[in-house]
Amino acid sequence: MKKEIIFKLNDEMVSVTVDSDELLLDVLRDKFGLKSPKRSCGRGECGACSVLLNGKSVRSCIIFAVEVAGQEIITFEGLQKEGMTDLQKSFLEHNSFQCGFCTSGVTITATEFLQKNPKPTVKEIKEALAGNLCRCTGYSSIVDAIYDYTKKKGE
Amino acid sequence: MKDYKYVGKKSIRIDGKAKVMGAAKYTDDLEFGPNLLHIAVLSSPHAHAKILGIETSEAEKVPGVKAVISGKDFPQKFGLYLRDHAIFPNDKVRYVGEQVAAVIAKTKKIAQAAVKKIQVEYEVLPNIQNALDSIKPNATLIHPNLGNYEVVPWLYPQPGTNIGHVRKIRKGEIDKAFEEADFILEDQYHVPHVVHAPMENHIAVALFDYEDRLTMWNSTQSPHTQRNILASCLNIPHKDVRVIAPYVGGGFGGKAGISMEVIAAVAAMKVPGCPVKLAWSRKEEFENSSQRQELFAKVKMGVKNDGTIIALKHELFWDVGASAEYGSNVVNATGFSAIGPYNIPNVYIDSFAIYTNRPPCGAYRGFGYSEFHFGLESHIDRIAKKLNMDPIEFRKKNAIKEGDKVAYGVEMGPTGLRECIEKVAEKIEMGKEVISDDPDKIIAKGFACAWKAPAMPPNESSAAFIKFNEDGSINILVSGMELGQGYLTSMAKIAAEVLSIPLEKIRVEHPDTDRNPYEWQTVASHTTWSSGNAVKKAAIEAKGRIIETVSRALNYKKDTLYLEDEMVKCTVDSNFSLALKDFVINGIQMKDGTFRGGPILGTGIFMPEFTSAMVDPETGQGGHPNVHYTTGAGAVEIEIDKRTGRVRVLKMAEAFDAGKVLNPDLAKGQIIGGFMQGLGTALWEEVKFDENGKILNPNFTDYKIPTTLEVPDEMYPIFVEVAQPDGPFGVRGIGEHTMIPVMPAVGNAIANALGIRLTEVPFTPERILAALEKKGK
Repeated sequence: MKKEIIFKLNDEMVSVTVDSDELLLDVLRDKFGLKSPKRSCGRGECGACSVLLNGKSVRSCIIFAVEVAGQEIITFEGLQKEGMTDLQKSFLEHNSFQCGFCTSGVTITATEFLQKNPKPTVKEIKEALAGNLCRCTGYSSIVDAIYDYTKKKGE
Repeated sequence: MKDYKYVGKKSIRIDGKAKVMGAAKYTDDLEFGPNLLHIAVLSSPHAHAKILGIETSEAEKVPGVKAVISGKDFPQKFGLYLRDHAIFPNDKVRYVGEQVAAVIAKTKKIAQAAVKKIQVEYEVLPNIQNALDSIKPNATLIHPNLGNYEVVPWLYPQPGTNIGHVRKIRKGEIDKAFEEADFILEDQYHVPHVVHAPMENHIAVALFDYEDRLTMWNSTQSPHTQRNILASCLNIPHKDVRVIAPYVGGGFGGKAGISMEVIAAVAAMKVPGCPVKLAWSRKEEFENSSQRQELFAKVKMGVKNDGTIIALKHELFWDVGASAEYGSNVVNATGFSAIGPYNIPNVYIDSFAIYTNRPPCGAYRGFGYSEFHFGLESHIDRIAKKLNMDPIEFRKKNAIKEGDKVAYGVEMGPTGLRECIEKVAEKIEMGKEVISDDPDKIIAKGFACAWKAPAMPPNESSAAFIKFNEDGSINILVSGMELGQGYLTSMAKIAAEVLSIPLEKIRVEHPDTDRNPYEWQTVASHTTWSSGNAVKKAAIEAKGRIIETVSRALNYKKDTLYLEDEMVKCTVDSNFSLALKDFVINGIQMKDGTFRGGPILGTGIFMPEFTSAMVDPETGQGGHPNVHYTTGAGAVEIEIDKRTGRVRVLKMAEAFDAGKVLNPDLAKGQIIGGFMQGLGTALWEEVKFDENGKILNPNFTDYKIPTTLEVPDEMYPIFVEVAQPDGPFGVRGIGEHTMIPVMPAVGNAIANALGIRLTEVPFTPERILAALEKKGK
């Protein structure tokens, strides 16, 4: 069954016709050309497809597109409209990526977490990111970048 | 030591902005227009079954289906070293998940629906799920035609058996040495199958156009090798096969060689003019890409009372799954190297590639060395204990030195192994007892050494082009892959150092086999060394042309000219400087208005011309199969909860002799990332199969890879620099090595904590508690 949905996407109202079983991830990638949410596990286990739904990070691979009608979605692309953010700069300085495939999902999760907890401990950062899998970095450079960013911001 | 401007200095990765800003495009991010078709694959539900018939007519009738393909369309076999893998099998299926047929349709959804309508009639055959069963007499033959497969001359399939290759080493007098030994320890070790689990699954897009050329966009470590396999397997001239390799979302060996890409290639040939996409799901990634070999190892080591190792018999029984097309070389490489980083005069090694009805296995970070080091380095600790020797001293006493003979009789090159051992032992404070505040928890330390050589055909090679642009910036064209390790940045640094150009003015291009020169594959931790040598030569050639041009146009002697800060300068005329941007494209204008020079280019090639794989098959002696070894050591401090059996790593240190570190931060990233990947295999990771070969945990809920929560609080990456004589600036590789010490180091720590010796990984709480219970009885 096809359905037209309207929702806010990266600060713009958009409308799109979707199948009722179409995933948000596929709609964002294939119908809006937003390639930052990545296809990986398909079961909400790895976090590579994370986007913000009304400010909360969610796994777009296990959400039907029709569920976001009337809601607000922000993708990684929407976070950097003003250019490279300070958090992204910190990722760059700390080499918080290797292959880069998990980076957008990690950034989405970190963004939501830092809004709730702007001065986290290292342990809190690790707990917040435990649902974002990265096979390359061993995570420590990601945790360092986030912690360093909050320290600099606090100065 | 010479002071470099770029080499060894901290820098921002040249792919950094693309990755933190999301500009990096992976294969699935590319757009292919409205003609793009999608492929769904019918996979085998059986581990071993005869195919009696395939009925595709119902699938073909589904609206939106363009074609259905199977082995009757494409009966070829493919393989890197041994052509034993069918594009689609015609005779029988050999593992659960093997591709049997494929549907090409307008959408993935239609293709998936149509696949369900393909009817396959099977006659189920007895299946083999264990390598040790597979080598028993009268075992069902998985490849009855093994003797007819094409194979490289240095691998030895054993027709009439399930053995795809055997590598033998015979050095010294093993029987006599065991007779002379004061102490002999013999035991068996087991390492199960694990998966690479890159975050990006395998994906391939193929276009066979109306001029009969095949273009592919693949997530791959091996664009040129894929081109070669596709061209020879599908009988297309190499010039008409083009492989483009965008950014890769993790490889770890799993995207080396070729696997599912062949399905996309032949599907494209069935629908000329339309690009076709095949994207593996995570489940398909587990079932039908490649896995790490399972290993059953028998280790017998003989020592003298003074702690000298005099004999090693190491038998390696590798489960390579249903295809040994790539895994046979893992078996080969480890056969040559299973002495570990020790000087052992009497050696007997048998390394067997054994077929089973499990998914094909191939390259995995460490290329078999992680697996055999588990047994070997566990053994080393156990023997040291028996001899009442400090295990660190025992290792140092036997550690291989420059000039010692390795297992195949060639002299060991320069190595900083002893320094690595000492630095790690010091950092982790081996021998110093730590007591937990919690009476239920025990803190202990464990240590292991490691070595690894790149495993390559003797004639592997690399090539590079450098071209200057009008503003004095350069583009470097190479065909190594940026897998995350920092390859692009490393190549840029090498050129920057030779040409005195800052990194910001260098772009390194991703492979496109039409435009970029040859690279064998990005595997074996050999690319910084091999491709780096090619880039260095290309930069030196470009520099020569710059100097020749200036000398000819302005009458300076060549040997007085040098490059500094994007300018040509002169040792005898301090007033002279000429910016590169002023002439590297347009030349230098003479007084009469004519010009000298033209676009500055550089080309470089590298092949290790001293290697040979041709050895005596009965002894492994007489050739030079490896180029060099990288050595190092690793150690952990762990905490075990006696109530739960849970292990947590508190502290780790690893040191490797990198020859020369090009990028300090990136090299550290290799140690930390490799350590964590190794920790996964030590503590949790294992592919579980049922008795019929079906994977029970093909997802990240049931197959757990490390998360942030398992990261040790303290991590100490350390580098030693004993230059590699033929490496660019002394470099040798370290990327895979960082995983190798982890399983035995953790195992040795558990033994030190609890007095139990686990000879099987992963060290799950169940295994630890069971061992404790057994010990208590």
